[in-house]
Amino acid sequence: MEEYKRTGVLSIKDLKVPSEEYLRKGVALTECVEHIPCNPCVDACPFNAISMESLTDPPNVDYDKCTGCGNCVAVCPGLAIFIVKIKDESALVTLPYEFLPIPKAGEKVVALDREGKSKGIAEVVRVRKVGKTAVITVKTDKKNAMNVRNIRVER
Amino acid sequence: MRIPEHPILEFKKGRKISFLFNGRKFFGFEGDTISSALLANGIYVFSRSLRYKNPRGFFCGIGKCSSCLMNVNGIPNVRTCITPLEEGMDIKMQEGFADIPNIRFEGFKRKRISTDILIIGAGPAGLCAALEGTEQNAKILLADENPKLGGQLIKQTHKFFGSREEKAGTRGIEIAEQLTEDVKRKKNIEIFSQSTVFGYYEDGNEHVFGLVKRYNGYKEEIYEVRCKSAIFACGAMENMLVFPGNDLPGVYGAGGVQTLMNVHGVKPGKRVLMVGSGNVGLIVSYQLLQAGVEVAAIIEALPKIGGYHVHAAKVRRSGVPILTSHTIIKAEGKDRVEKAKIAKLDENWNVIPGSEKDIKCDTICLAVGLTPSIRLLAQTGADVRFIAEAGGYVALHNKYMETSIKGIYVAGDASGIEEASTAMLEGRIAGLSAAHFVKNREVEDKKIKPYLDGLDRLRSGDFGIRGRKAKEKILSIMEKEYGRV
Repeated sequence: MEEYKRTGVLSIKDLKVPSEEYLRKGVALTECVEHIPCNPCVDACPFNAISMESLTDPPNVDYDKCTGCGNCVAVCPGLAIFIVKIKDESALVTLPYEFLPIPKAGEKVVALDREGKSKGIAEVVRVRKVGKTAVITVKTDKKNAMNVRNIRVER
Repeated sequence: MRIPEHPILEFKKGRKISFLFNGRKFFGFEGDTISSALLANGIYVFSRSLRYKNPRGFFCGIGKCSSCLMNVNGIPNVRTCITPLEEGMDIKMQEGFADIPNIRFEGFKRKRISTDILIIGAGPAGLCAALEGTEQNAKILLADENPKLGGQLIKQTHKFFGSREEKAGTRGIEIAEQLTEDVKRKKNIEIFSQSTVFGYYEDGNEHVFGLVKRYNGYKEEIYEVRCKSAIFACGAMENMLVFPGNDLPGVYGAGGVQTLMNVHGVKPGKRVLMVGSGNVGLIVSYQLLQAGVEVAAIIEALPKIGGYHVHAAKVRRSGVPILTSHTIIKAEGKDRVEKAKIAKLDENWNVIPGSEKDIKCDTICLAVGLTPSIRLLAQTGADVRFIAEAGGYVALHNKYMETSIKGIYVAGDASGIEEASTAMLEGRIAGLSAAHFVKNREVEDKKIKPYLDGLDRLRSGDFGIRGRKAKEKILSIMEKEYGRV
């Protein structure tokens, strides 16, 4: 049995990590590894970058086609898609957020990993509301690119 | 405690309503049920047990258990969780057995009503059955116990899975609004909300049902409904778990808590222990966090998480621990939950000595599965069997969702526990089949094929196994014993 089935937390070895080149461009990371019947991400992608053989297959992202636009982040019912873009020594992580208060661009928030543990302070770069889901981009250290997956707003 | 603001929902506070509880004056708001108004006022002891006078509270929140029965304006045994609060209501806790006044049964005249198809339950299955039936020009009576149509969709604030055909990516609450609007626009569908179908009688070729319609909360009208066909889309009820203290106020069904938070905007407590890590447990935990309630932990007796990883990941990255191979030993508290004792299990399901741990919480949510609601259905004589994968006793049915009784159909959780997306497709099949039945026509297979294909798609993959197995068993017994496919 995979460890995440017991803990609810994925590790790097469960994921397909794009090469540094793709990460510099900024691409979608689908943290969706099980066979569940769901495909809105496939329909949401304007570049046909996400494919699935059958409804229950995990999504497969073509990093050559993916532009990191983030449309899939907002539609994913599992809130399991993130955009990661490496820029110099920072990482821009775009994540879905459905809590209040919604932070504003420029605001400092606590960056959290997959276990909700603090990874230091991150700066909110962009906030987009798609329906009731906020799609938030935060700037964190490059070393946190594959760890930061949530934020905590402390006001 | 009311939820002041919510990331997904807007709670429009209605008119302020005053009511009496045990002689004391309290306030609630229009849109409250009696239960939600009491809980918002910090009243959680709803009754006392018959023998030991133990305090009892809210549990299922959808009118299926009997935990919240109270005396309202002199009428005993009122299900306060589905009865809308009204100005000046005089609500009293029941002590011991209720005294049922004779006046309750006097002077009622029953009205007769005829229809082609009676649909019992206006959740995802019932609403879709009604829409499909009316497309075939069948006259439909759609009955539901609740004031609002939509069944359990009205509290599903998360986006649905599936594909576009099953409205994937749309929140359940929005699906409920859309389906309700569609149903209300159809002239051939007569809607009876706050109505309970209570009994089945036979009369020649017609099926006869008793129906009681409540209005102004607790006043009633009795109907005799005659129909050529009936569809049972009555859903399911939340399972109980056996442990000392499980009747303490504060031990609530996860679905009941979801109704309380997402329909009425009332928090169940301050800090919750969730028991069960299936999708319901995981989703409700996430929704508790969204409502501003702390979740101490999610415990799971199995060595692995039951629900989708993506749901587990959402609560984990919000800092909620999920403890697999853990069980609840007991709930403790004076007249409400104050703490839970949990412990670790070994591979043989035995408690590991010394692993006991206290979790401070005022609420324990039980998300330990559902049981199909079939009690009324069983009265029709439809052959019901115990199918473990379906969640308990369910009616045998064929691919058209027809039971062993001609003209009696089932759909959704009442026919085996699955998801709202499968319920919608089964509802469509049942509606289409029933409408053809009342017109003495055969359903063309090509008409139901897209829905059957949709069900196959949803039941594929690792998480569809249970539903797929349940349906295979049901269909194969039906074929073997009744020769109907």
